[in-house]
Amino acid sequence: MADRERRMTPPFGGVFVASARVMSRDDMARAIRRMAHEVIERNQGSEDILIVGLQTGGVKIAENLVKALEEIEERGIESGCLDVALHRDDIGLRPVVPEAVTKLPDLIDGKTVVIVDDVLFTGRTIRAALDAICHFGRPRSIQLAVMVDRGHRELPIRPDYIGKNLPTRIDEVVDVTEEGVDLGVMRK
Amino acid sequence: MSLDIETPLIPNKHLLGIEGTTRDQIELILELTDRFAEIGKRPIPKVPALRGRTVASVFFEDSTRTRLSFESAARRLSADILTFSAGSSSLSKGESLRDTVEVITSYGADVLIVRHKMAGTPKRVSEWTDASVINAGDGCHEHPTQALLDCYTLKQQRGSLDGMSIGIVGDIRHSRVARSNVLAFSSLGAKVTLIAPKTLLPPSIERWPVDVSNVLDDVISDLDACYLLRMQSERHSKGLVPSLREYTKDFGLNERRCKMLPKDALILHPGPKNQGVEITAEVSIDPRSIILDQVTNGVSLRMAVLFMLLGQHETYQKDEL
Repeated sequence: MADRERRMTPPFGGVFVASARVMSRDDMARAIRRMAHEVIERNQGSEDILIVGLQTGGVKIAENLVKALEEIEERGIESGCLDVALHRDDIGLRPVVPEAVTKLPDLIDGKTVVIVDDVLFTGRTIRAALDAICHFGRPRSIQLAVMVDRGHRELPIRPDYIGKNLPTRIDEVVDVTEEGVDLGVMRK
Repeated sequence: MSLDIETPLIPNKHLLGIEGTTRDQIELILELTDRFAEIGKRPIPKVPALRGRTVASVFFEDSTRTRLSFESAARRLSADILTFSAGSSSLSKGESLRDTVEVITSYGADVLIVRHKMAGTPKRVSEWTDASVINAGDGCHEHPTQALLDCYTLKQQRGSLDGMSIGIVGDIRHSRVARSNVLAFSSLGAKVTLIAPKTLLPPSIERWPVDVSNVLDDVISDLDACYLLRMQSERHSKGLVPSLREYTKDFGLNERRCKMLPKDALILHPGPKNQGVEITAEVSIDPRSIILDQVTNGVSLRMAVLFMLLGQHETYQKDEL
């Protein structure tokens, strides 16, 4: 969970207390490389692929995925980032913070967009992202890559590429940083 | 971005003026505006952020850009809009201001954007309704969103207002824009000089955080930005200037004065321009003029303001500014 979301989510902050490290830095790097191969396999190459990291937790992972794809394919891969804050359905349940940067190519029509986020939980962020992307154009298809799928979906959304399946309790918190993935709880 | 979420910065329910607004609050609005400007460039420049909320524009005085930009800001945020104009309303049948406000509120308005020729009206309105109130200009008092969009436009050009020397020229006495801008510019660290004939300066001028000059030619070469005000002839009670021609000769921005203005200075005007009075047609299209940027930025800035008042968690809202 990104720093921004953690501080904003009701009951508004608290301290993250980790109970277990579930992925190391190396585990994450390996998962990224595997997901890159899966993206290429699924799409028979990397033609017209656009990698979109969701602000703020997905951006770094998207960057790493782009690097991995470029190494494998030996060509440039298009990428962008997207903040879905204004497309969320729980707007008004959070305090106002300046929206993070959205930067997408001018033309996304006909592209295969791969949305990248750190943790897939209720699916509401992804719903908002689908809504936002459709405001930019009509991609050929949209796929979803996440580092951690922690379950508890509230919408019919499933990921195409998963770093790690992590069964969790609903009150637990998953924290993804560059150091690795931790499971823990929020303490006031 | 270092934002202390524990002590939120814009918890206000209303935006009644720049007075009482802190520098941090102003800077947060300007930062939000950057993000909303990006939405304006999208193929579909619309986000569902305020879906289901109702914005009422309640204008007892004429307006083109303030009203249009508030309404397009509301549309870009997917809010619904109620439009009230004094001219075509039951005011002409003798309905009181308070009744009018209560009627509009009972149609479900979440925010009232109020313009009135009497100073203090938005504040009164805010006492009569549960909705948020935005001051869109009240008499000679304040016009906060204009000041904020001017700050944003200057910041866009220069990165920061800190240390800038800004001259505000013209009918200061009758200008709510000048009042709000003096407060906003100096709050952001700019040095403000008011330039006007003595008759067009307000009586309380010595309490303002400004320098004053009565001769534009004396100070124009020191300005980083030259902000021209409209001659508000409709608010003049008696002859405060001998004639418009004389005013134009001494305080109008013409080609000669334009040459005295530093090469990298900026020219602003809140509109509507009296072409040929405070500014000549040639100067309006001078490359240093950022008057059109002001208009464009008005929509993004007002999106930020609407979103801040309506799109936030209620526990983060204080009652009063």
